[in-house]
Amino acid sequence: MAKATEHSFEEIGELAAGLDALETAKDGGVKRSARVLNSVAPLLAVAVVVAVWQLAIVITKVPGWVLPSPDQVWQAIARQAQSGLLWTSAGNSLRKGVEGFLIALAIGLPLGIALGLNKWLRAIFRPLLTGLQQLPSVAWVPAAIIWFGLSDATIFAVVLLGATPSIANGLISGIDQIPPIYLRAGRVLGARGITYIKDILLPAAWPGFLSGVEQGWAFAWRSLMAAELIAINPALGPGLGQMLDTARQLGDMAWVLGTILVILTVGVLVERLVFAPLRNRTLRNRGLVR
Amino acid sequence: MSAPILKIEHLSKQYAAGGPTIIDDLNLSLQPGEFVALVGASGCGKSTLLNILTGLETKTSGNIDLGAEAALMFQEHALLPWLTAGKNIELALKLVNYPKAERKARAQRLLELVHLPHAYDQRPHELSGGMRQRVAIARALAQGRKILLMDEPFAALDAITRDLLHEELVQIWEETGLTVLFVTHNVREAVRLAQRVILMSSRPGRIIKEWQIESAEPRRIESKIVSDLSLVITEELRKEIKRHG
Repeated sequence: MAKATEHSFEEIGELAAGLDALETAKDGGVKRSARVLNSVAPLLAVAVVVAVWQLAIVITKVPGWVLPSPDQVWQAIARQAQSGLLWTSAGNSLRKGVEGFLIALAIGLPLGIALGLNKWLRAIFRPLLTGLQQLPSVAWVPAAIIWFGLSDATIFAVVLLGATPSIANGLISGIDQIPPIYLRAGRVLGARGITYIKDILLPAAWPGFLSGVEQGWAFAWRSLMAAELIAINPALGPGLGQMLDTARQLGDMAWVLGTILVILTVGVLVERLVFAPLRNRTLRNRGLVR
Repeated sequence: MSAPILKIEHLSKQYAAGGPTIIDDLNLSLQPGEFVALVGASGCGKSTLLNILTGLETKTSGNIDLGAEAALMFQEHALLPWLTAGKNIELALKLVNYPKAERKARAQRLLELVHLPHAYDQRPHELSGGMRQRVAIARALAQGRKILLMDEPFAALDAITRDLLHEELVQIWEETGLTVLFVTHNVREAVRLAQRVILMSSRPGRIIKEWQIESAEPRRIESKIVSDLSLVITEELRKEIKRHG
């Protein structure tokens, strides 16, 4: 048979290399200044809040037991940090929050896959799931106390009921947002069953699912604080919620505000150190950044 | 003539009983190693045919005898964006149970075959449209099928890139001995690539006519034989399209 192409493999390769170089000219990536702005700007907000707070106290002269100064709040927290109670409380709460979140993930994942793939299951259970997601999970605290007493089981039940619906719902949305071409490609390549779920469906659903996971964590953390604040029992050990309640009982406003700030800070740190890098990496890898 | 590697007899497809017929009594057979192009206007059921052949859709009636499994390439590159070019190919290898220890080396060789020796760690979004389609070709080859079905794979590319990919594809076809069924609405592309061009009607999709291309010379899109035959086929295609007016 006559040769079907007039150029050699090497000649075509040279042409391809030239064309590829022309078509993939790099545009530098994210500017350094933009990165600095993103990490420094939030600190400005903190500075502004503290300044306004201090100013308000100077102008209105409200007594310290109504609104303590930033310095008093800082002192209160520093005291707890020195005594060690702050660290054991924060550590304990964070550990329970993470454990509850991971269990919620383990339940929400198969639930989301099942409802994402089966339209019957979805039609039956999704409204219930969405309803649960809307329900403030603190509403479960009284029921959980009756069922499980003032125990860790109560805390975990509330955290799970808070986080699981968000995670499952997030996965369903993630599956719905998958461009059909990826699923077709997976089928054509021969992915079936567990392999299809693990290698095609879940990674394809990940960008949408990630916001559900993030929301799931936020709900887990909130539910935990609500549960700790209400279900008080020395047997449960120290926690940020318990600390908040102790400070209230002592009427120590600086300590109350300080604890609120600690709870806020833990939330911000988890977002900044865990979810933001995860989100950025996902967007960057898939070329979804603008 | 040897036994056909793909034989389609009296194939019909309707999406709903009593609904419009998408493919009507289609008969087609491909010899091993043959390069056949299927040309037709919109609604000729080209894509439906390929979907039926790969099991993505079901047929309504008729017989399909596939002598070997087929790989399918789409118009969109369909690379998975969470995997690098190399890992996309490795996934295809994994799904046909290619030995794990040899996947990486095999993927690299396939990338070299499509002239992308440095693309292993690049992500789909970092590649140009033409490069993505070449990775997609490499991924289809990774499946090790004897038949390659291509659904307008170059339709979204610019003319310069398409010209290059035509030459690459023909070279790969010649070297691997693959049987190729290439679907396109671009008559010139069909004549430039294939040994046999088949013209389909639209609504319902039927085979109207076919042309065998005997050429000792390597063809280019600019070749006289390509433009001459394209004119003839385009006239037939226009006649068929007018019928719907």
